[in-house]
Amino acid sequence: MNKRLFVLLSVLVVASLALSACGGGGGGGAAVKTIKIATQSPLSGDNSAVGVDIKRGAELALEQMGGELTAMGFKVELAPFDDQANPDTGVANAKQIVSDPDILCVVGHYNSGVQIPSSEVYHTAGLANVSPANTNPKVTTRGYLEVSRIVGRDDVQGVVGADYAASQGKKSAFVVHDKTAYGQGIAEFFKQEAEAKGMEVLGFEGTEEKANFDALLSPILAANPDVVYFGGMYGQAALLFKQAREKGYMGMFMSDDGFDSSDAAKIGGQSLLEGAGTFYSTVSGPAAVYPDTAKFIADFKAKYNADPQPFAAQSYDSMGICLKAIEAAAKAGNGKLPTRAEVAQAVRGLAEYKGITGAVTFNSIGDPVIAKYFVIQVGSADPAKWPENPIVQTLDIAPPAP
Amino acid sequence: MKRFFRSINVRELLRPIGQMIVFSVGSAVVLSLIALLLALILNNTAVGENAMQKFGASLFTYTLVNLPQVLIDGLTIGFVYAAIALGYTMVYGVLEFINFAHSEIFAAGAFVSIEILIALAAKGILADASLGMAYTYLILAILAGMLASGILAVVVERVAYRPLRGSPSRLVPLISAIGVSFLLQDVIRLVEGLTTGQFNRIFPTFGNFDERLLFGKAALGATTINMGISIKSLIVILAAVLMLVGLNYLVNVTKIGKAIRAVAQDRPTASLMGIDVNRIISLTFLVGGLLGGAAGGLYALKFTRIDPFVGFFPGLKAFTAAVMGGIGNLTGALLGGIVLGMLETFAGSYMGVFTMGMAGTEYKDIFAFLILILVLIFRPQGLMGENVSQKA
Repeated sequence: MNKRLFVLLSVLVVASLALSACGGGGGGGAAVKTIKIATQSPLSGDNSAVGVDIKRGAELALEQMGGELTAMGFKVELAPFDDQANPDTGVANAKQIVSDPDILCVVGHYNSGVQIPSSEVYHTAGLANVSPANTNPKVTTRGYLEVSRIVGRDDVQGVVGADYAASQGKKSAFVVHDKTAYGQGIAEFFKQEAEAKGMEVLGFEGTEEKANFDALLSPILAANPDVVYFGGMYGQAALLFKQAREKGYMGMFMSDDGFDSSDAAKIGGQSLLEGAGTFYSTVSGPAAVYPDTAKFIADFKAKYNADPQPFAAQSYDSMGICLKAIEAAAKAGNGKLPTRAEVAQAVRGLAEYKGITGAVTFNSIGDPVIAKYFVIQVGSADPAKWPENPIVQTLDIAPPAP
Repeated sequence: MKRFFRSINVRELLRPIGQMIVFSVGSAVVLSLIALLLALILNNTAVGENAMQKFGASLFTYTLVNLPQVLIDGLTIGFVYAAIALGYTMVYGVLEFINFAHSEIFAAGAFVSIEILIALAAKGILADASLGMAYTYLILAILAGMLASGILAVVVERVAYRPLRGSPSRLVPLISAIGVSFLLQDVIRLVEGLTTGQFNRIFPTFGNFDERLLFGKAALGATTINMGISIKSLIVILAAVLMLVGLNYLVNVTKIGKAIRAVAQDRPTASLMGIDVNRIISLTFLVGGLLGGAAGGLYALKFTRIDPFVGFFPGLKAFTAAVMGGIGNLTGALLGGIVLGMLETFAGSYMGVFTMGMAGTEYKDIFAFLILILVLIFRPQGLMGENVSQKA
């Protein structure tokens, strides 16, 4: 027995020696340094339709724009993580991300409720995080150097939605939210602005219900508001809207950028088009509205055989910003592998980054100095036609002063 | 043929229908009276004024006008809970342990039915199906879901419960049940992830299931409230009633039912009487699984969207219903389901208005669990339960 163990051990030792020798030889003169860029988005579960395309957008960007860093002698890799739209999973992933020294930048999060606690971890580790989709004000108002976003904020987006409803002569609203940081946040901004514009808010309710909205609908139908607003994600919103139509509500439905997914049409179907129709405000227009996205859409379709979901183009740009910042930091250090702090500084320092969704300059807390906001109407019950939903309003608004 | 009809025990067929009517009407009357009384009391307070302002009608009128719709909604979800609760109760009655994997057996049925319909829809078969064919497809899909769930339940029993049956502690099979529940959740997730890459499966639109039959209108201030029931709710109620009657008949009248009852009462003696206990237990799981699968298909029809975790909440509610009614008792599961569904819908529909928006629909589940706790404190054997004779 002992003898066998000895033989086994010696074989292992010899093998490992041989392997390490190979490794040394294979590296040649200069060892290749690996740089990883992580993405975090829901790749499974409720919100995965959009979450997967956030990963894909970043993947495509890395493929197309990683060349510069490769030329400088680095090996660039994508490290995708699945946050399942769940804060606990997001934080656990974040801890894993910061413990990998090769990761220099994070693209991510779709849900603000996940981004906010996860970015606390990035902040402590000094790791740069560029968000393609998070709209809760708190993402940037904490003032972390590491956290930047390329989209607008809910305290503007909610206002845009309420303004639009008021401008259409709507007099009353019933506000429902999903009790997450994102959904409740935007619902509150909507409510404030609606009241300020003289609309009557007939109810403000949170619900975690995913299937049976019968009970919630009784007071809504009785109050018969001009608008039913849902702050939250498409999975719940589209089903609530569908069930409301089935019960005979004919007013206007309104939601937020969480509603912006072709799955909403799949769930809601024809009921989204009936009555006064369905509208949503968003910080991300359909990829086609941006002047420089034609090539992106074509490349995306060629690679993944599907139209990009909302926020894929933003994710492409977020990855671009990460790459550009790492490049800038590496150049400043004469081709040395930059530190996390240098990358975080470089992200904030980029001026007029030319992305496909427009030029991005960050202000002192990491908001873009000008962000676009859209109000979009659902135009077809066919999920394939979701990107063709007509835009009824486009606004360029600066964030509130930090 | 004549012989067959003579052998059907009409009384046993009618008894559960009678029970259903009694329970539905009973809980409807009690809850309605409570709601109306509360409305009357609150009518002249700030709450009443608030309602007056909001709806242009007094709180009492508001409650009264909404009542029929609330009752229908409550009854629909109540029957769904009752149908799932039967599965828990069957297994508990025989084995005296709670099959927590029943929620996932339910989910598997929902997935199989919906996948078949999605596949048919993708082929364009559903779009131009006539009404008769639409119903045929729906029934076939639900039958397939039932079959899948039934087989799954038998396999689960064979693999996860039978080897532990002799264990000295009742806790052991319970823990194994919870383990199987998590395992199945992730198996469904894995299968869906590998085959479709999507976790949200959506019931295709076809037939006339989404249509709503209106049976009345009522004025509430300036608003007209349409009262009605959607065809799919009607299908859910009808199918649940059929399942309940069928199961009652199976257990109380047929020879197999007699054997199941014998095994439930005293396993060793039943085996001495020549009953193959293992076979009867497998059969119980098969029946429980079939019912769970049917409930899954109906749930998918009614609520449109399912994901791999869809079983958890309905499963929890159904378990509550089974315990509330007296676990192990079929009539109790029925009563528990109806009461729970009604209570939930009542609380959800009226609480927001009665508290002026301070506590809304989001707290409706509290009531169900509050009642459960009260029942467990004051009547631990459940509403309909009797003290089961202790097994040796």
